[in-house]
Amino acid sequence: MIDWFAYALVAVALVVGLGCIAIGLAGRVPSDLTMGGLLLVELGLVAQVVIAVVAPAVGNHPSGSVLEFWVYLISALLLPLVAGFWALLERTRWSTVILGVAALAVAVMEWRMLQIWTVQLA
Amino acid sequence: MNEQSTVAAPARRMSGIGRVLVVVYGILALAALGRSAVQIIERFDEAPVAFTLSGLAALVYVVATIALIAPGRVWYRVAWCTIVFEFVGVLVVGTLTLVAPELLGQGVGDPFGRTSTVWAVYGMGYLFIPLVLPILGMWWLATHRPEQSDAGEARA
Repeated sequence: MIDWFAYALVAVALVVGLGCIAIGLAGRVPSDLTMGGLLLVELGLVAQVVIAVVAPAVGNHPSGSVLEFWVYLISALLLPLVAGFWALLERTRWSTVILGVAALAVAVMEWRMLQIWTVQLA
Repeated sequence: MNEQSTVAAPARRMSGIGRVLVVVYGILALAALGRSAVQIIERFDEAPVAFTLSGLAALVYVVATIALIAPGRVWYRVAWCTIVFEFVGVLVVGTLTLVAPELLGQGVGDPFGRTSTVWAVYGMGYLFIPLVLPILGMWWLATHRPEQSDAGEARA
């Protein structure tokens, strides 16, 4: 786990999430901008997968439950995909809000992943 | 927030902002299911009561999510039952984790601890979403009744 990368991903997901919710509540249907934001979050999660696979091989082991970490990571990976498909099918402003909710959930889950990896004491 | 764009949508409850509610329910169901599965697989013996509750809560969230999406009066009642169950659950377990945490197993009073559950300390570990969501869900159900096919069943 690379700390700065996790912080950056949490920050990006927060900005995208709040941005999409604001844009959606303003009445916009999903656009290249909001869909692109979710794509950016998803790419960040894919990079997180690569980091989580490689890190233990170079001596960076998780301090918490590996199983729990991967449940979070795989769940997080699904969220932008599901929200994105929804946005393609349902072109209403609420789909934009849903994109934002998904990005916020990713932010929370990435934060938990960082905790599981670094500061679990048991 | 208004929903004038979806007033006419018949038969389905998940329109407009209701879809956002369903998505949040879905995410919470996913999160609770994932966490309780990990807890039950990895360390069930640490806090069996809490983890059983955790798993039960997760399943109820899954059913509630489906019930909010599915049309018809049967699912409408299922949605009411599951959402009321969740609300009671988060209040009872939330209170227990504050006043008598030892009843549920060690460490469950810490909302971020390894034996924590979705309902611990009123869902604090989930940003209090488990406390707020049933209230929004009940409001949504009360204001979006299914089409009444016979008037005698108006009191759901």
